[in-house]
Amino acid sequence: MKILVTVKRVTDYERKVKIAPDGSGLVTDGMNFVANPFDEIAVEEALRLAKAHGGEVVVASIGSKDATQQIRQGLAMGANRGILVLSDELDPDAVARLLQKIVEDEQPDLVIMGKQATDDDANQAGQLLAGYLDWPQATFASKTAALDSDEEKAQKPGVEVADGHATVLREVDGGLETLKLKLPAIVTTDLRLNHPRFASLPGIMKAKKKEVKEIAVDSLGVDVSAKVRTVKYAEPPERQAGVKVEDVDELLGKLKNEAKVL
Amino acid sequence: MSNVLVVSEISEGAIKGATFTAVTFANEAAKRSGGNVQLLAIGSGIGEAAGELAKYGAAVHVADDAALANPLAEAYAKVIKAGAEAAGATVVVMAATSHGKDVMPRAAALLGAGMASDILGFAGDEGFAVRRPVQAGNVIATVEITTDTKVITTRPTEFDAAQPGDAGEVKALSVDLGGLKTEYVKFDKIESERPELTEARVVISGGRGLKEAGNFPALIEPLADKLNAGIGASRAVVDAGWVPNDMQVGQTGKVVAPELYFAIGISGAIQHVAGMKGSKTIVAINKDPDAPIFQIADYGLVADLFKVVPELIEKL
Repeated sequence: MKILVTVKRVTDYERKVKIAPDGSGLVTDGMNFVANPFDEIAVEEALRLAKAHGGEVVVASIGSKDATQQIRQGLAMGANRGILVLSDELDPDAVARLLQKIVEDEQPDLVIMGKQATDDDANQAGQLLAGYLDWPQATFASKTAALDSDEEKAQKPGVEVADGHATVLREVDGGLETLKLKLPAIVTTDLRLNHPRFASLPGIMKAKKKEVKEIAVDSLGVDVSAKVRTVKYAEPPERQAGVKVEDVDELLGKLKNEAKVL
Repeated sequence: MSNVLVVSEISEGAIKGATFTAVTFANEAAKRSGGNVQLLAIGSGIGEAAGELAKYGAAVHVADDAALANPLAEAYAKVIKAGAEAAGATVVVMAATSHGKDVMPRAAALLGAGMASDILGFAGDEGFAVRRPVQAGNVIATVEITTDTKVITTRPTEFDAAQPGDAGEVKALSVDLGGLKTEYVKFDKIESERPELTEARVVISGGRGLKEAGNFPALIEPLADKLNAGIGASRAVVDAGWVPNDMQVGQTGKVVAPELYFAIGISGAIQHVAGMKGSKTIVAINKDPDAPIFQIADYGLVADLFKVVPELIEKL
């Protein structure tokens, strides 16, 4: 089977990003960039499925030339080849319509994407792509086995593929839902689907020789003008630090008499 | 026409509370657009719920079909598109529940609409710019949707529930749902005597400081029992498999805003804080006086949780 995975280059989610003084943008100079962590889970799942069922894993990214690093990371983990659509920052809708072109060209059996990117937190691209393609979707893919289980250590895929269908366990409010999708289909990953592998040194060496095809965004014939425009960035309202209490009695007293929540 | 359509969420015949928080946003949106608020009820055998929903707008469009018994995004997105057209809606809104997050972008694709996810409210006194959290809640972006039809999901904890009024019209909506490629296999409900995390008045969350899985039932559960609280957890302990996935509080898990939140043995990573800083009163118990959680806690107790949590349970 052929699996397309997407990887977005994002600012390091463990560091706080600064806002430009006039609120017009985010200051990314000197920031560390990483692959979106949900996308690493998508790459891992694709590699496990390809190992179990045979096939090819293609890593696609849309962004600046620098996103080649994140594609190479996926290739170093074991993916076969990469596609980079060179463009400026786009909104999720434009990303989905560009991916639609890539999918129509590559014709994968399955597209696996992170459920959201940790920079814009939109949680839209996978569902938009499924809508544009009229493919079935399973967002927030998870599994019952814990991330420290033997099953996980054996690198078993969480998504089950058989007879032209994918069966996916999803994390939803109040429980776990199971969907069976007719392939081709779109799956987006939640945090507990797997624990992504690190790239090995031989993997990194091999990745250097793997193909990364670059495509100019203009050549795909998609109108990428923004349907959603960010006009201002601001700090969230600051929550003031309160007081330190000495002991349980003082805490209970404050909760009863001051905050009046007990 | 520039009406506002609220996509409601009905589970086992009952309307989910988050729906009414989306109505509150819709009421404000309708004032700005000069249109009215209408609702969309989707499901199978949902006549009663639809009648209740009619009290929240000028009309409720009811898609009642056996094929809609379960919340499949593939089917529901088609209904939302048809509902938006039937309602003459230029704003289509749903609460950002897991179902809302799943189905609304797909509906936006079918409508050719731009979408703003998980919004906190309008950005100004007029116009349609909205505020939404990005960068794990560390930055609030003001965004404008440039398409004529706008799709929006609202963060439930940011809005009060709307109150019912006079009942509007009930209109049947029929949609062709042939050829679905998604099969609903099952739903495994997580059964709990406790209030649901996102709806609880008090939430007790535990983190790495608890040292091992067994200390959740030993310390967190008895404290939650005393306060009739929901139980949450940091990502670290969820990843470690100590507690089920759906207990994670954070930007990538559940966003909660109870009246009282206890962070016990939680350091306060950015990710976690983004999911609970809307709480009215925050209590942090941690033995590390420099833990970032103390920067946002109303009441901080620097102490060994293994000593003070049993004392709390005893004195409550």
